[in-house]
Amino acid sequence: MTFDALAGVLLIPVVAAALLAALPGYRLTARINVAAALLTFATAVSMFFVEPRFGPFLLVDDLNKVFIVLTTLVGFTTAMFSASYIGHEIEIGRLTPRFVRFYHAMYQILMFAMNLALVANNIGLMWVAIEMATLTTVLMVGIYRTHEALEAAWKYFILGSVGIGLALFGTILVYMAAQPVVGEGLDAMVWTALMRRAASFDPELLDAAFVFLLLGYGTKVGLAPLHAWLPDAHAEGPTPISAVLSGLLLNVALYAVLRFKILLAINPGAIAPGPLMVTMGLISCLLGAFMLYRRRDIKRMFAYSSIEHMGIIVFAFGMGGPLANFAGLLHMTMHSLTKSAIFFAVGHVTQVKGTQKIAEIGGLTVTHPVLGWALVLGVVAIAGLPPLGIFMSEFLVVTSTFAREPWLAALLGLGILIALGGLFLRLNGIAFGEPRGSTAPAQASYAPMFAHLAVVLVAGVYLPPTLVAGFENVARLLG
Amino acid sequence: MHGLAFDVAHMLAGSLVLVSFMLLYQDRLYALLNIFALHALVLAASVAWQASVQNAPHLFVTAGIALIFKAIIIPTALHRIIVQLGIHRQIENVVGVGLTMLLGIGLVALSMVVMLRVTSGADPLAREDLAFALSVVLLGLLMMVTRRNAVSQVIGFMSLENGLVLAATGAKGMPLVVEISIAFSVLIAFVIIGIFLFRIRERFDTVDVQALDRFRGERQ
Repeated sequence: MTFDALAGVLLIPVVAAALLAALPGYRLTARINVAAALLTFATAVSMFFVEPRFGPFLLVDDLNKVFIVLTTLVGFTTAMFSASYIGHEIEIGRLTPRFVRFYHAMYQILMFAMNLALVANNIGLMWVAIEMATLTTVLMVGIYRTHEALEAAWKYFILGSVGIGLALFGTILVYMAAQPVVGEGLDAMVWTALMRRAASFDPELLDAAFVFLLLGYGTKVGLAPLHAWLPDAHAEGPTPISAVLSGLLLNVALYAVLRFKILLAINPGAIAPGPLMVTMGLISCLLGAFMLYRRRDIKRMFAYSSIEHMGIIVFAFGMGGPLANFAGLLHMTMHSLTKSAIFFAVGHVTQVKGTQKIAEIGGLTVTHPVLGWALVLGVVAIAGLPPLGIFMSEFLVVTSTFAREPWLAALLGLGILIALGGLFLRLNGIAFGEPRGSTAPAQASYAPMFAHLAVVLVAGVYLPPTLVAGFENVARLLG
Repeated sequence: MHGLAFDVAHMLAGSLVLVSFMLLYQDRLYALLNIFALHALVLAASVAWQASVQNAPHLFVTAGIALIFKAIIIPTALHRIIVQLGIHRQIENVVGVGLTMLLGIGLVALSMVVMLRVTSGADPLAREDLAFALSVVLLGLLMMVTRRNAVSQVIGFMSLENGLVLAATGAKGMPLVVEISIAFSVLIAFVIIGIFLFRIRERFDTVDVQALDRFRGERQ
């Protein structure tokens, strides 16, 4: 075998990172960045056609294929957006060429770390990969070196390390639970071995482990009450990083939680992980929704919207069952695509207007019709209005819950409605009303954001049967 | 013989918790650094003892890393940094020593109750180790919460990592992958923190995290 997709999704970003760290010149490196991301995406897609072989360190199954393809796709489109965004940052002198080189290399290392976390067949390796992804994003968030950026990076670093520490403790507990059954050594940390034998693990140890893992990785998912880093990190870093954080990194942490949830589900004596996840998801959703009001910073507002949506997704997976899991998966995909599209639009808007303050941005549909309407479309989608994809997935989450726990469904619906109100309240001033701020024409790359929005629109109307079958299969795996 | 092995391991792990308590109330940075070095030293001894008891020579590597890197290199480097920043004479206001200590005692009790209950089936040595390790982790968290100075927060974080190493070595036969990763992450963390401290100093003339809070994005 000369072609191995599994090695591909890991090696391409590493090689690209080394190349980008060495090469000068922004135009060339931005293109290499896009090309590498495209190549990684193509390799990831090939996994559906050629089943890669895997061993004790790496793993590919139906569950992580979905995550890998989504990650590499948004990674690719964000690289395209990033090329025009960074070009503008260099023009206005916010970033020097030296930092751009660093930025591009870090971007690829982040891609590598996320892919590694997704394909790791070892709970220790997965932990290392997620830690690596955290550290690279910490560096990227602080890249502008302003007061705010440093504070955001510091907060993110401290809270992220606490989360990572708790997650490691949980990982050690899982090993402790597995060790008497699987035996000492590497095998007791390998997913495939753990899954086979999980039924005979000590249930109490697994319970304790899951609490630590949920809190630890939950910090990275942005679940309340450990979400405090998320709005700052989104608001102060470069906008492509906000898009990657919201669209991808949160999902990767969620993937880790889901894996451990499956492990617990196999063990008959362990607690049901569902209620814990439902509670945290619901709190995050309501908190995120209420926090949408009184936001003055546009990127911060959409960061709170991410907390709300991650809450909904965790809620759906916590409810469990084929329908709720299907809805959760669909919602996760739609949220990634929509939120990154919104951040693409917001990135260009803040560059044109030269500010992130909502009060200083107004009448976008008049001054910059294309950007303005793209943002309107994105917000309509993220608020969950028909006929877009998020409406579908939110509808599925609420209805599948309603059949089982009407009160929880009512609370969740309330959260969604509150969020809708908050988003439209702000959108009204930003997109319509009196034009405020600069009216200089935007040099934007519209392709990525409209591609995302088109997918979301189509998904709201028609889901291809192969996709539905694939998601249903994964939903069954999730139990 | 087994009794002795258990007792020594118990004593060393217990001492680590005790040193964590000592970290909580230090109000001078120099003293804090010295106590942290002691913390790392006790950890190294504990890991080395585990290595010989479990007959796991690779754990000596972890002990060596704890000794050389955490007990010697990091405290020395931080010494230099705080001298360069000119904050070595600064006395930090540790809010409510009594209250913090009480909270710490509560956390230790909590971790004992939780860990000893859930690990009833496990090997007694591992049980005690895990309970102490969780105490150290929680005390590290407490320190990070109560301190305002960036250097103290970093030390709180590193004492937390020490607790994790204790837990990892207590779990019998845990692969080396994890120990290396822990050491590696501390290294990275340190590099990053170094950069941060440098920049924070450059921009704010203080490493008091409260000063950072003034630049909250939304409080313009």
